[in-house]
Amino acid sequence: MSALLDVRDLKVRFALPKPSLFAPQPFLEAVRGVSFTLEKGRALGIVGESGSGKTTAAMATIRLVPAAGGEILFEGEDLLPLDDEAMRARRRDIQLIFQDPYSSLNPRARVVDIVREPMDLMGIGDAASRLQRVKELFDLVGLRPDQLNLFPHQFSGGQRQRISIARALTTNPKLLVCDEPVSALDVAIQAQILNLLARLKRELGLSYLFISHDLGVVRHLCDDVAVMYLGQIVEQASREDLFNTPKHPYTQALLAAAPSLARRKSKGYVRPLKLSGDPPSPINPPKGCAFVERCPMAQEICRQEQPVLKPCGASQVACHFAT
Amino acid sequence: MSDETRTTYKAESPALEAWRMFRRNIPALVGVVLLTVIILATLYGTFFYTGDPFEIVWAPHEPPGVTPEFPLGTDYLGRDIIAGMLTGGGPTLAVGAVAAAITMGIGIAMGALAGYYGGWVDNLLMRVTEFFQVLPALLFAMVLVTLLSPSLFTIAFAIGVVSWPQTARLTRAEFLKIKNLEYVTAARAIGARDKRIIWTVILPNALPPLIVSATLTVGVAILFEAGLSFLGLGDPNVMSWGLMIGANREYILDAWWPVTFPGLAIFFTVFAVSLIGDGLNDAFNPKLRER
Repeated sequence: MSALLDVRDLKVRFALPKPSLFAPQPFLEAVRGVSFTLEKGRALGIVGESGSGKTTAAMATIRLVPAAGGEILFEGEDLLPLDDEAMRARRRDIQLIFQDPYSSLNPRARVVDIVREPMDLMGIGDAASRLQRVKELFDLVGLRPDQLNLFPHQFSGGQRQRISIARALTTNPKLLVCDEPVSALDVAIQAQILNLLARLKRELGLSYLFISHDLGVVRHLCDDVAVMYLGQIVEQASREDLFNTPKHPYTQALLAAAPSLARRKSKGYVRPLKLSGDPPSPINPPKGCAFVERCPMAQEICRQEQPVLKPCGASQVACHFAT
Repeated sequence: MSDETRTTYKAESPALEAWRMFRRNIPALVGVVLLTVIILATLYGTFFYTGDPFEIVWAPHEPPGVTPEFPLGTDYLGRDIIAGMLTGGGPTLAVGAVAAAITMGIGIAMGALAGYYGGWVDNLLMRVTEFFQVLPALLFAMVLVTLLSPSLFTIAFAIGVVSWPQTARLTRAEFLKIKNLEYVTAARAIGARDKRIIWTVILPNALPPLIVSATLTVGVAILFEAGLSFLGLGDPNVMSWGLMIGANREYILDAWWPVTFPGLAIFFTVFAVSLIGDGLNDAFNPKLRER
């Protein structure tokens, strides 16, 4: 299996207003050197709390947010140096599903036009074959053909997310980037959409880069999981390893914080860690480990030296004390 | 999933569907009828009611309803007011429409580019806009009209040039708001170019306040033309409602009618255009269609 997407040392930063004319330009370091690999046909989940940079990292991966450094190898080709036209052509293979199904569809366009638009833009097929394709996609995601000419506001949230998925599938992409695709939906609808995504992955051989703060959702859909904290990946492992034997204290705390019915019976059970405080500011990231102020096992070395992601068992962990 | 129950929904052309919606909007229809009557009267009224609006035909300040030949009376020189209203309407409406078109054209283009691109483009365009905003509008328009020699088109042009900054600011604000919505990002993700995003994604969603603003601009332009005419900068060879109001304003305490009738004509025109603007806005808004 070859890597579909190989992101190396991705950095994203946002310029902040200068405090004074001659002061150095301050930056908010949103993504601080993130690397991950996504194999074809698999789903990689990126989890983290609000502000951890997971959405920014995903958006930078598909160049909707400019990256400050790093490499994004898609099928072996680095996307970052591509000019706008070349990137436009690549977008055929990389599509996106948004978090909020209410703002991600143009309220003035009919859904048939929304789903067809990628084909219009990429010049795929003629008018008749495009309409045919839209009908197929509607069928695929569980919408009815008589809903083609409706407007987005005439659909429920779950249906809108299906439209969003249909639009993303229009160009037969290889990679779907899902930015919290179910977190704005009711729980019952969440399950429907997750099952739809799982079925599409199976049937179409899609790969997902799946952003979520919901561990249960990630566990349901993803093969591999990366945990982000303050713009960095602190732990990356297969689903089984991460959920059964979390190595990084932050991962352990995250898992402990998720409500679960059978927690004590799972074999990798660790005593719940209670996190207090907030992550440090990404405007002035700490020199050492970003997690040090909240970590129950922090030592002097954690303040001085930033841990790097290194193999630890089957996982990759960025902690000085990972075992 | 209440929408599951809806079965068929036939697609019509957008224009036809908008018309279906517009038809149900009584105030908008009133506006259409009113404006049609005004336009027909100014276009064809002179066929039935012949008379030179500049010719002195009777004693000055003849009140309306006294002499059957001049139902609306005469002005301070003894000129027929009905003749003035019928011949003056065309130029007034033309100036209003052309000035509004120029205003919207410049304003939307400047505002859209500034709001969408941001950064130095925004800074540059907004400084230009402010430059036009700080100039006293009437004075600036007077200078332009004087430089270009007064004619209907130069007056319309001058009004357009001094009134676009507001439209530009409004457009920019709408673009700033809409460009960060996810459906714009979605358009970029499927490979839409800037041009397409600006004109086919953001602009249609920014239209509601702009349409209202356009209808108001027609009214403002008509009043502006009246102001310029009043100051003697109108085209003196062309009768307009503004010219009538301007010329007769000094005598308003002695004779109310030479000012009031053209004033009412302006009022009803602006009113009709506003009603139509509101109706159009509703008709093109898909969210209101299902009511």
